[in-house]
Amino acid sequence: MILQVENPVVEVHDLTVSYDRKPVLWGIDLTLPAGALVGVIGPNGAGKSTLIKAMMDLLPAGSGYVRIFDKPIGQVRNRISYVPQRESVDWDFPASVFDVVLMGRYGKLGLFKRPRKADKDAAMEALQKVGMQGFANRQISQLSGGQQQRVFLARALAQNADIYFMDEPFAGVDIATETAIIELLRTMREQGKTVIVVHHDLQSATEYFDWVVLLNLRLVASGPTEKILTQQLLEQTYGGKLTVLTKVGELLKKQEFPSRER
Amino acid sequence: MNEFFEFFSFADANVRYVTLGSVLLAGSSAVVGCFTLLRKRALVGDAVAHAVLPGVCLAFILSGTKNPFILLLGAFITGWISLLTIDFITSRSRIKEDTAIGLVLSVFFGIGIILLTAIQHSGNAAQSGLDKFLFGKAASLVGEDLIAFSLVAVLLLVATLLFYKELTLLCFDQAYAKTIGYPVRALELLLTTLTVFAVVVGIQAVGVVLMAAMLITPAAAARFWTDRLSLMLVLAALIGAFSGVAGAFVSYTAPAMPTGPWIVLIVSMIATLSFAFAPGKGWVSRLLRQRRNKTLILEENLLKLLYQLGEQKQGTLAPHTFQEILERRAIPQKLARTGLRKLGNQGYIEKTPEGWLLTGQGQRRGERVVRLHRLWELYLTQYLHLASDHVHEDAETIEHIITPELEQKLMEELGFPVLDPHSARIP
Repeated sequence: MILQVENPVVEVHDLTVSYDRKPVLWGIDLTLPAGALVGVIGPNGAGKSTLIKAMMDLLPAGSGYVRIFDKPIGQVRNRISYVPQRESVDWDFPASVFDVVLMGRYGKLGLFKRPRKADKDAAMEALQKVGMQGFANRQISQLSGGQQQRVFLARALAQNADIYFMDEPFAGVDIATETAIIELLRTMREQGKTVIVVHHDLQSATEYFDWVVLLNLRLVASGPTEKILTQQLLEQTYGGKLTVLTKVGELLKKQEFPSRER
Repeated sequence: MNEFFEFFSFADANVRYVTLGSVLLAGSSAVVGCFTLLRKRALVGDAVAHAVLPGVCLAFILSGTKNPFILLLGAFITGWISLLTIDFITSRSRIKEDTAIGLVLSVFFGIGIILLTAIQHSGNAAQSGLDKFLFGKAASLVGEDLIAFSLVAVLLLVATLLFYKELTLLCFDQAYAKTIGYPVRALELLLTTLTVFAVVVGIQAVGVVLMAAMLITPAAAARFWTDRLSLMLVLAALIGAFSGVAGAFVSYTAPAMPTGPWIVLIVSMIATLSFAFAPGKGWVSRLLRQRRNKTLILEENLLKLLYQLGEQKQGTLAPHTFQEILERRAIPQKLARTGLRKLGNQGYIEKTPEGWLLTGQGQRRGERVVRLHRLWELYLTQYLHLASDHVHEDAETIEHIITPELEQKLMEELGFPVLDPHSARIP
């Protein structure tokens, strides 16, 4: 069941993404409504992170296109914000919590310009929103996993964007952080922001999201949570591997075949 | 010694120039090296350093002069080609980056040595001094060379400061930099170009063989002393500059000595010292911390023993002999004696003719350790469902590390308990 919406904030059209010629996402076609908390859900290796990375043009698309606010991503970079996976950076980097959050202002500042006083205020406000104002001068290597996640979130908040892409913000964080994050996401939704979250826990998905995208190498379903999180659709997502699909993918890689004729 | 004063009085104009040049070269490459290090491209710097040699030689063969700008240009071109080759090999074959770096480094350097040998045997009189590119010769940094190299060094520093914010973000989180619309490819290119330039200007002082050390070692040493990037850049520049001056001094006083190896030895010594003595992260401070921990454990164990001995006698404060203490717990005699003496000095216990006696404060501290021990045992049995005969060993360690805040929390979570899992009273 793939439901489309009118005037979507995100439109993904026939998106295929490959790693080393092996497709990990096949022909994704979906639209997402404005002001929703969207969960991208699927088993390990289903291509969840790949999908949001491709949406933001961090990975090249083999085919298809993505439009955000009905424009190519290059034109709306200042309206989107990305929260990468915690493990994607080296936390031993010589920087303080405040330094990292301030990076959220770099996009608005552009090249060459130094952060102004107002940017520092914005960074501090963002830290307050995630309850980390007391940690501003802390070296980032001294943070716990949950605190690292909050810092990344604060950096995204400092951007003051309209749409947020978050890669596994709930992975490996303590209960207090998880609650704080979901509270924050709900506040953002009330302000009309769209938040797209890669998530791996089915239990909490029903409670957290109002739109769900089920993914396993291909799009299984996309729509309002209550219509999508059904026994049958979940079985399709998590059950039985698509052996033929995987084998064809591996064949493409082995034979160095393009995934589209050009 | 005379030479030392002669050099550092800077009376000789030549000395002034050489020193200034060395400081600029070493300092600027150290600053660029910080970003190379943080981007984890240290080995790439080494490959570039070796790959500039054929460029220098080719530039000389083609132009027939030792004009520094032409030699720099040659060095820059082959340095760049080596980087492109590494990228090409990594992306187009199964060969991993470290292997590609090894391949490129040796092939380029090999070609460079062949060209250099060919030049030296060509009988061209102008060639003398070209071999200084191999191991560096800071003292030859005069005239046109000095101006050319210093100019590039200053440019490097300016570019790094100008792009400080962008380079920092690139090194910390490249994907994020791209999502906020930064030209990541261009910034990568910029950092690579800066690295190549840093290598190219540094070779005059250090030589191609050891240039990578000038790029990376000051940065690695500086990282030990600070967690702030801006300070790290300054420290790295100072360390680089210091070793640059030292190299110039060696080169001035002992003209037969190659400068590069000396500079590298000095900068490596600084790095080793940083590794040993840096606060917090250094080897010595870690040893000290472990020693402190050991002393703490010994002292608290002794107080605990005395407290427990008193407990057996219904809490009366009575002195206990050395034998009694050791009977209850086998502590090496010598250790136990020093520990007791120290506790005596600190006022936690007193020596009486009948043995050792806890003072009021000692009683309190011993009681706290016993309390923490039993609380932790209870916590393990209740929350981790461990059998009561499995919890003692664990509590032996944890009792020394629990903070007052954690103690309070433990008490609350356990509901201010009275008895531990072995039915001993929790004081």
